[in-house]
Amino acid sequence: MAKQVTIDAKGVHYTPLNQQIRKAIEDGADEIVVNNVLGQRFIGNGLRGNATIRVNGVAGGDLAMFMSGPTVIVDGNAEHAPGNTMDSGKVVIHGSAGDAVAHSMRGGKIFVRGDIGYRGGIHMKQYETQRPILVVGGSAQTFLGEYMAGGLLLVLGLDGAMKAREIGSGIHGGEIVIRGDVDEACLAAGAKKLPLTDEDRARIAPVIREFAADFGLDAEPLVKANYTRIVPASARPFAGKYTWE
Amino acid sequence: MSSNFGSMPLRYRITIDREQCMECGRCVENCPYGVFRWDGNRILINSRNCTACHRCLTYCPRDAIMLQEHPCDYRSHPVWTRAVRESIYNQSRTGKIILAGMGSVANLPIIFDHLMLDACQVTTPPTDPLREPVELRTYLGKKPSKLDFTQKPNGDVELSTELTPNLMLETPIMLGHMSYGALSLNAHVAMARAAKETGTYMGTGEGGLHPGLYPYQDRMIVQVASGRFGVNVDYLERGAAIELKLGQGAKPGIGGHLPGEKVSADVSRTRMIPQGSDAISPAPHHDIYGIEDLPQLVNSVKEATERKKPIFAKIAAVNNNAENVAAVARSGVDAIAIDGFRGGTGAAPRVFRDHVGIPIEVAIATADQELRKQGLRNEVSLIACGSIRESTDVIKAIALGADAVYIGTAALVAMGCRVCGNCYQGLCPWGIATQRPDLVARLDPDVASKQIANLIHAWTLEITELMGAAGINSIESLRGNRDRLRGYMLDEGLLEILDVKSVGA
Repeated sequence: MAKQVTIDAKGVHYTPLNQQIRKAIEDGADEIVVNNVLGQRFIGNGLRGNATIRVNGVAGGDLAMFMSGPTVIVDGNAEHAPGNTMDSGKVVIHGSAGDAVAHSMRGGKIFVRGDIGYRGGIHMKQYETQRPILVVGGSAQTFLGEYMAGGLLLVLGLDGAMKAREIGSGIHGGEIVIRGDVDEACLAAGAKKLPLTDEDRARIAPVIREFAADFGLDAEPLVKANYTRIVPASARPFAGKYTWE
Repeated sequence: MSSNFGSMPLRYRITIDREQCMECGRCVENCPYGVFRWDGNRILINSRNCTACHRCLTYCPRDAIMLQEHPCDYRSHPVWTRAVRESIYNQSRTGKIILAGMGSVANLPIIFDHLMLDACQVTTPPTDPLREPVELRTYLGKKPSKLDFTQKPNGDVELSTELTPNLMLETPIMLGHMSYGALSLNAHVAMARAAKETGTYMGTGEGGLHPGLYPYQDRMIVQVASGRFGVNVDYLERGAAIELKLGQGAKPGIGGHLPGEKVSADVSRTRMIPQGSDAISPAPHHDIYGIEDLPQLVNSVKEATERKKPIFAKIAAVNNNAENVAAVARSGVDAIAIDGFRGGTGAAPRVFRDHVGIPIEVAIATADQELRKQGLRNEVSLIACGSIRESTDVIKAIALGADAVYIGTAALVAMGCRVCGNCYQGLCPWGIATQRPDLVARLDPDVASKQIANLIHAWTLEITELMGAAGINSIESLRGNRDRLRGYMLDEGLLEILDVKSVGA
């Protein structure tokens, strides 16, 4: 039988709160419900295993940083850089998230139902089977996918126009897929637009379906929708800048 | 690219004394740059490929090879120097930023060389280190501002202040951060063994931790830099301490990148990026856009490792060094490494390497003063780095306020490096800054580690002697003890900044 632990975060500093969560996992909890979260940082930080952590409230900065395995579900918003340098596992945010979501993420999934701030997916990278995925239901802000080196960044734009400009500045790996057309003027130097092929669509379809299931959305219209795919113009954006002494 | 410059004057000329040469071909085998080749049974020379790495000279059994730097003169001119003219030729041909290997070549005065050490004479007696202990053991990390004790019913007294983790060094000399990728695995293994043998620590640089180094992980300071290469929770947990790299003395304010050619299968595994792809480290950490964000990263790393390890931060020494250091000290880190403008690098833009930043001597002195002024000195240890060349640099850095030093280039030289500055070519003939298997195999980690350990041991002995002569029997009494320094031919302004008196005063 699944073991559930409930923790009340009201008025608790993040260090003892994270110690309680870590202890619950060590004691074999499968599901940890953390209530009354009000901006406590570093929840799920560096945790291993496959437990599910339900965060009820607003998660503070660096949610699930370095996390390797667990699932974190936030019923609320998340602050700065959820999924920072995350290794594997899954983060599901029912609200919106701040800047630098999925910063340097190297594996696992982050699903944000609402909007994300600036520099989303910055420097995401992949290696062999580790391929990070960031899906944003709403809109993303400027410098989306900056320095991106690998993985998939998908923006569905469910709540209106996409706000990001300077998309893919310095991108040298991975792909950014945005529902609808993206004006060429919104792309940064080093990024280029490609049409989404059937093969691409087949690859992103399972991700869209999983996202839709997590948030109770109708997947099929999204799977069939029109997308723009943005990829690096070069794998070595800085190669032409230097000469040797 | 075409230009009307034709052949530029040779940088080096290699000659073979044909009477001495026995055509053994060791020079041909040893030179990876292609200076030597066989033409029938005669060895031909292409001096244009030479980097002055000395590998051929070292392996010539007859001392038949000779190297000359700048065999062709330009018209001498104090303003339009050779370096200036050659940079113009290069950039007017290519239109690009010039990158260069190793540290600054700017011919600027070195403050260390203008600081004289003290010794005891008749008014106070020296300590004889042969007879009396001179303690060099150093602890890096926070020290409590006060200690609280509780008395037990039986009268025993117990410490009730909770102490934070410190690193214990047997000597205040550590091996600085140079990444696996920039350096070979054999070079890293050699440094790790030397660190273990001498009771000190080495930095991993931003390149992850190769499994070959796991046996030495309790001697490793694992680095987290802006590219986050090789960083995961396993990596953080393996290190004895964690260093956040915020800047580098050779190129303050900019990032760096490891070219795809150096990302071999093994390097790709430790960095966790695809083979052959560029490893780009952005200029800032993109989760630190202001001083308020730094405590968040520091605490995030602390939370991820359950506050069991000291966290270091490394910054480049720049104009507002004192403010930077105070800000970093308030972020919660346990030690701050300051990298001076003569610090080494695999590659940096020449203009940054030679023109940006301030000397480590000044940076350490101002950092120590500012921390004391703000009552923060016990909150952090200070590590001086960037061209620590000999034991006297170590002792002077400590007297100016450092707790310990990092050495980088000096450790490479101890493994055979000739400071040719061609690290970026990836063809290091000494097997140090290369990933080519046949070249890496030239560096025997057993031999190289012994040489580094010997160097650290020798410097430690010299420091002990110098301290003994000054009547100082413990490193704590030397730290920030500027009264044991005197400035020789330093101007009044600089003496005031360093808080050091002039010779004779």
